[in-house]
Amino acid sequence: MNTRLLKSENIIASSMNNGKDVFLLEEGAEAQVRTLLLQKTKLDLTAPHISVKNLNVHLQKKHVLKDVNLDIPNKAITCIIGPSGCGKTTLLKTFNRLLEQSVDVKIDGHVFVDGEDIHDKNVEIINIRKKMGLLSQRPCPLPMSIFDNIAYGPRIHGNRNMKELSRLVENYLKAAGLWDEVKDRLHSPANRLSIGQQQRLCLARGLAVEPEIILGDEATSALDPISSKKIEELFVELKRDYSIILVTHTLRQARRIADYVVFMYLGEVIEAGSADEIFNNPQKELTREYISGAFS
Amino acid sequence: MIFGTHTKYRVFKDSLARRIMLGLTVFSLLLAVIVGLSLYFKSSSILHEHSLWSLLSGSSWRPFKGEFGFYPFIMGTLWVTAISIFIALPLCILTSIFLSEYAHPYIKKIVFPLIDILAGIPPVVYGVWGILVVVPFISEKLAPHFVEFSSGYSVLAGGIVLAIMIMPLIISILIEIFAAIPKELRDASLSLGATNWQTVKFVVLRKSLPGIVAAIVLAVSRAFGETIAVLMVCGNMSAVPKSVFDSGYPLPALIANNYGEMMSLPLYDSALMLAALILFVIILIFNAASRIILTRIERRFAL
Repeated sequence: MNTRLLKSENIIASSMNNGKDVFLLEEGAEAQVRTLLLQKTKLDLTAPHISVKNLNVHLQKKHVLKDVNLDIPNKAITCIIGPSGCGKTTLLKTFNRLLEQSVDVKIDGHVFVDGEDIHDKNVEIINIRKKMGLLSQRPCPLPMSIFDNIAYGPRIHGNRNMKELSRLVENYLKAAGLWDEVKDRLHSPANRLSIGQQQRLCLARGLAVEPEIILGDEATSALDPISSKKIEELFVELKRDYSIILVTHTLRQARRIADYVVFMYLGEVIEAGSADEIFNNPQKELTREYISGAFS
Repeated sequence: MIFGTHTKYRVFKDSLARRIMLGLTVFSLLLAVIVGLSLYFKSSSILHEHSLWSLLSGSSWRPFKGEFGFYPFIMGTLWVTAISIFIALPLCILTSIFLSEYAHPYIKKIVFPLIDILAGIPPVVYGVWGILVVVPFISEKLAPHFVEFSSGYSVLAGGIVLAIMIMPLIISILIEIFAAIPKELRDASLSLGATNWQTVKFVVLRKSLPGIVAAIVLAVSRAFGETIAVLMVCGNMSAVPKSVFDSGYPLPALIANNYGEMMSLPLYDSALMLAALILFVIILIFNAASRIILTRIERRFAL
């Protein structure tokens, strides 16, 4: 647990020490932000963080995911793109086994996280979910105070030490860039925050269970441009320590922040590769058409 | 073409509809006022003879001697209602949590119609069932452990029968309330690694607190007024119940049992009207109080 904590402290510390970064984020100087966003990670696919093998999913007798094979790189931003209804969200929800909450689901195939099959009988579902923070389309603060929202994860996993909890709350609110805006009203209800602040709160809440992976299901689509930019910047910052998987509707967002891109169409993975490959030199005709905006 | 009269007819119909509906709304609100006022005027003759306080706090009910004390009846009503809510509420909350959060869709398909059937059984059937099952159970099995003697016709029997009657109502309201909580909220909690039970405890119940309070209000209002089934198992003795195994005499039972009889006695019908007025006021106060609590909760948690 403490190693994770140290990591996020490092993020904060490094952005404090590195005067340039701080200047970037606070002043929001356009050109410099763009250079920050363009810092694409070198991809290493020899040891993928998540590896999907022959995954087939049926939802209410409908074949939603068809024979999906996929590797998700470690400590990079992976964007899953494709027209709506192509199974992006379903794929994302199989990763943390949230899909099983739906009615009439049939899942075949394997999903390996760190080499372990998450559908194995001996796997504890709670441990899978702890490994991944989920950011949904609309921010979903729990019906409690800002403080309790962040402390919720640590608390349900048994942390009752108030001193430690306050430290965690402060850390993760800082990591999500929300601390300065809310530090004076930690105990007011979370849903009084603006919608952009709520989404950052949800990110901080997800980070507080010390995940390794962040899943974003169109996490910026309900936000105004400034808020969604803030979230994007956070993702770029966080990929140093987390593998980030984003389902996104907006191609431009994928272009801005993706290191690795997966293009899906009608439940199948058509093409997957580094952002450079997909956007500049797609191999499949379908990908080329989608990228060029022939359909969406 | 913004001038002219070609939309006149449509506009007229619109304003006519608005006026008619406004009129009907005012009428239905007026009904409550009319009921309250007529109860007050009908009971005014007894209020001239006796002070309100002596009527409310007096314990002796001897219409022949002109003694009218409502205290035992008020206490009987409160006892029966409190017992029924005390029994029904935990059962209903747990049942509806199971049905909405855990149960397989097939189970829901079987249980939901059953609950509706339960809600549709006439009160008098519950009353007969209470006499046949609940009353003997209390007098033979339950009461001997606690008191020396109980006939079984008691506020506890009334409370149990009433609890069973209001349960379908509470359960179906609670299920609606839980269903209205967005799935994303549960997903948010589950994705942090919470178990189903933790999610229910910390998120679902919390979010639905105003709804649960509203369900209790409806159930209590129903319980206050329920007459026949309670009257059949309660014993109907005008004494303040000292334990749950004693008989009680709720206000609705008093009115239903006596209205139309012995009306020649002076002040008797006026006394029964006062009983109805007291019931009316109790329900009014209760509703007002719960409304205040509800707004407090909503403000406190900003739900």
